[in-house]
Order: sequence, then structure tokens, then C-alpha cells
Amino acid sequence: MGRIHIGSESGPKTAITVKNANKSYGTVLALRDVDLDVEAGTIMALLGPNGAGKTTLVRVLTTLTRPDSGELTVGGYDVTRNPAAVRTVIGLAGQSAAIDETLTGRENLVMVGRLYHLDKATAKSRAAKLLDQFELTDAGGRVAKTYSGGMRRRLDLAASLVGEPDILFLDEPTTGLDPRSRLDLWETIQGLVNSGVTVLLTTQYLEEADYLADRIAVIDDGQIIAEGTPDELKSMVGGDVLELRVSDRSQTDAAVTALSGIGSGDIQGDQETGRITVPVSDGTAFVAQVIRELDRKDIQISDFNLRRPSLDEVFLTLTGKSTPDNESNDENPKKSRFSRKRNS
Amino acid sequence: MDSFKWIISDTIVMTKRGLLRYVRLPELLVFSTIQPVMFMLLFAYVFGGAIDTPGLNYIDYLVPGILAQTIIFGSTVTGVGLAQDLSKGMTDRFHSLPMARSALLAGRTISDMIRNFWTLMLMLVVGLLIGFRFQDGFFHAAEAILLILLLGLAFSWISASIGLAVKDPETVQVAGFIWLFPLVFASSVFVPVETMPDFLKAFAQNSPVTLTVDAVRALSLGGDLKVDIWPVLAWLGGIIAIFSTISVRLYMRRT
Repeated sequence: MGRIHIGSESGPKTAITVKNANKSYGTVLALRDVDLDVEAGTIMALLGPNGAGKTTLVRVLTTLTRPDSGELTVGGYDVTRNPAAVRTVIGLAGQSAAIDETLTGRENLVMVGRLYHLDKATAKSRAAKLLDQFELTDAGGRVAKTYSGGMRRRLDLAASLVGEPDILFLDEPTTGLDPRSRLDLWETIQGLVNSGVTVLLTTQYLEEADYLADRIAVIDDGQIIAEGTPDELKSMVGGDVLELRVSDRSQTDAAVTALSGIGSGDIQGDQETGRITVPVSDGTAFVAQVIRELDRKDIQISDFNLRRPSLDEVFLTLTGKSTPDNESNDENPKKSRFSRKRNS
Repeated sequence: MDSFKWIISDTIVMTKRGLLRYVRLPELLVFSTIQPVMFMLLFAYVFGGAIDTPGLNYIDYLVPGILAQTIIFGSTVTGVGLAQDLSKGMTDRFHSLPMARSALLAGRTISDMIRNFWTLMLMLVVGLLIGFRFQDGFFHAAEAILLILLLGLAFSWISASIGLAVKDPETVQVAGFIWLFPLVFASSVFVPVETMPDFLKAFAQNSPVTLTVDAVRALSLGGDLKVDIWPVLAWLGGIIAIFSTISVRLYMRRT
């Protein structure tokens, strides 16, 4: 079966197409009428909470699970009709680092290379190249059991690249990593895309999707509820969030009043904790103003930070409800401080 | 033809992976070498004197039995290894590769057979040192060893089914082991079944373990012992046919 080229020779090619994909496990609908296109040479981030269907979509696209219905192609090959061909063009790094702890780093990579049906010499030279690229050369001769979490992830990612895939699937690649290792991994992923690889990654962190992805698809309850560039998504959600805490909780209301008019949305104050959140379109421009206003009213603050909206806030805006993990806490005032008018 | 070549190649790669585990994991190496040897010496010198084996000295009686016991207990490793692969995402990685899917199961069982062969050789050396001798010629000795390997293969497939069904490695360790105790001890492995109470004797006389051990004993020692090979082959062939089918089904269902 030949490869089907989508799009004209000069125009952008689609590496992954998903049309009307459905998948259920018993009575649970894991995917509902999912549509998604990923352009070749770009990074698509699937953003969603636990249980949203991210992993199911990855499993269906990597031929680990059969979809119930829908047209899905990867690299031009149909995932149900020609899964064997799909496997020749993809690499997968799943949620847990899939490495054999009893083998050395090098042996792990050579084994995967042999299973990609590379000859021995090629498998060995690729293993050496990848160990070098992922700064594992020194550890290459040690059994993977002795590796740190970051090293395991790097080895796992290296293993997914042994076959020089056109399309790479990364399921929550940075979960469980320390901030330094996470940043390193982000740079590595970026480097891969620069060399022409298409990446579909899943994440629970807007920050990660924002940093890495060309486009973000927000998935909830098996459905894609929003899709666009990070900027488009953020403008739907609003910009950053200024978060501060007043030293004297009784001054919470006074502080909210003092700050009214600043920022791009409703300012929320929580009497119980003294925490105040100010949605701002461009955070840095408002920092000085906020400090000045509070100083003028003689309100002391104990904590101050500027951050991206959390997944929870994105969800709240897009769906009007909290992420499924937090649903039971909806009545909790601590959560409701994130609330924001949907039309703001 | 090309795909057949790759099935062989993939199976060899997976077999090598399985064998490296035994070299790298000290606990597995102990489990498959030192522990069986200790068991053999323990039974030969501690319990042996108290066990009456009419017409045979106990070392000759013991060695065929303890080879079978070792190989049966060792088979639990197959299921634990498969469950570990499932729980750690290894199986997902393999399934996303353009490899033959059958190679995962085949590689695991073949490497366990090779490990069994190594354990058998080691135990036979120790057996020879403490006085065991094959007494019915080279070919019968070779048949005896092949029969034990076949027994190991049969129990490996049972273990594989347990591993794929239960999935959690720690649970597989227990679930795969516990039922083997009555099966192995209520058999002719260590003692003649004639001394057992009637209900147990009926069970023991017909168990595949007793039938296999009796056949191996007859092949090893010759003399008056009669080799009753067909019931053994029927049992082991049946177990392999049924449990390899179950394993493949369970394995495919999970994909």
C-alpha cells in the first residue's frame, strides 16, 4: 500500500488527520466525535485534565488501541487498515518511561533499533548518536535501574527516536520531572521539530503547551472543546494572573476596592486567606501600579506573583466548569475565587 | 518470506533481552542457581535418611524429582516478567514498533527455557557430585532432560496466562506460586505416593507432575521402572496447547 500524500507538493502537508473519531470503554465514552489535523513539522499539544481522553487519542493514533469509528491517518496511513505501516513512521514515548531497567542505556537503544529492523551496525551507531545527543554517553554502559528520573525520561525519548520517526507521540513527557529537567526536555523537543519531526504531545500544563506548541487542542470529556494557537487560546481565556496576599486578612476588601479598575477582569478577594487575584492582559505593566495603589492605602502584602492562567482557569472559561478533578470542590470558596465572567 | 525472517529476528532479540535479565538481576540468578542446589543438598542429606524409597537409594530417587520441582517453581518468573512489562509500559513501546507481536511472548518463553536448561545442567553437576548417575544410557538421559524442559515450557505458559490476566507483578508473584506447592509436594517429587492417604494418593498418582517425574525417573534409572510416556505427553501437550492459546488471546485483547 502506497503512502497517500495529502495537500499539494508545495503546500503544507498534514501529518495526522482525525475525523469523527469515537472510542468507548464499556459505558465510558473516551473519545467523542474528535476532529483534529496536525500539520507536518509542527508541534500540537493536547491539553486536558486526567481522564479527558488525551491518552486514548494517543493510543488510537499509535495503533495500540482500535478506534470504534472514524477516519484516522498518521503519515498518510490509515491506523485501522494499515497499522503496520503506521508503526514504521512513528515514535512513542508513553506516560511511564518504557525502558528495560535490567539493560544498560545502550542495550535498550540497540534493542529498539533491532526491533525497527535496522541492521546491527546501524542500530549501534544510532544508539551511540542518541546517547550523545541526550547526554547519556557516560551512563550508556550502566543498567538503566541506576538512572535518575530525568535520565530515564531522556533514555525513553531517545528510544522513541531510534527509528528516526516522522511523527513523534509524547504522552505527558515531563510529568514527574524536576523544573531543570523539564526545561532541558522542552529544549530537546524544540530541537526535534526544527529538524522536521512532527510532534503530538499531551500535557496538563498550559505553561508547557504555551512554551512548546504551535497549536493547542483543549480536550475535555472526550471532546475537543477549543483548538488554536497559544495566543488565540490565551486571548479566549484572558492574559496572566497577578496573585497577591495581604498581610492582614481584614484588609482584603479594602485592597480589592483599592485595585478596582486595574487589570482586565473581575478582581477576586478571598477573606479567609487574604488572597487576591487580578486578571491582567499584560502582567508586567500592572505590577508597579498595583504596588503603588496598595502602598498608598497602607496595605501590607506578604506574597506576590505573576503567573499564567492555570488549566483550571482555562477550563472554567471554556466550559464554565472546573476541571473534573476539582468538580467536587465547586462549592469551595477557595476555588470560586478563580471565577471570571465568561464574557469578560 | 520476508516477514518470517523478521519474526525469527525479533524473537532472537527478545530472547536475548530475556536472558540478560538473568545475568543482571542477582535475585533471579540466585533463584535459578543457588536456591535449587541448596534444596537438593537439603533433601539429600537432611530429609533423605528418613524417607524410604524401596529398591532405590534416595539420591537416585531425588534428583529427577528435584529437577522437576526446580523447573516448575522457576516457571513463575515468566508471568512476573510479562506483568512487569505490562505495568511499566514496555508492552506499549513494543506494540508501537514495527516488530512481530508474537516475538514478545515467544522471546520470553524461549529465554526461560534456555535458563531452565542452564539450571538443569548445574543441578546435574551437583547431582553427579553427590552420587547420582544416569543408568540407562545416553539417549534415555537426553530424553529425560527433554521431558523436564517440556514440563518447564508447559508451566511457563500457565505462568504467562496468570501474568497476563492478573497484570500486577506483586500479585502475579503470589498467585503464580501458591498453587504450585500442593501440586509439587503432593506428587512423587520427594516421596513415593504410596505412603499418602487414599484421597491424596488418587490426586497425586494422576497429576502431571507425578506422571512426568515417574517417566523421567524411569528414563534415568532404567532397571525395573517402566516408562509410561504417552500420558505425560498428553498432559504436557494439552497444557501447552490450552495455555498458549489463552496467553495469546489475553495478550491480543490488551492491544
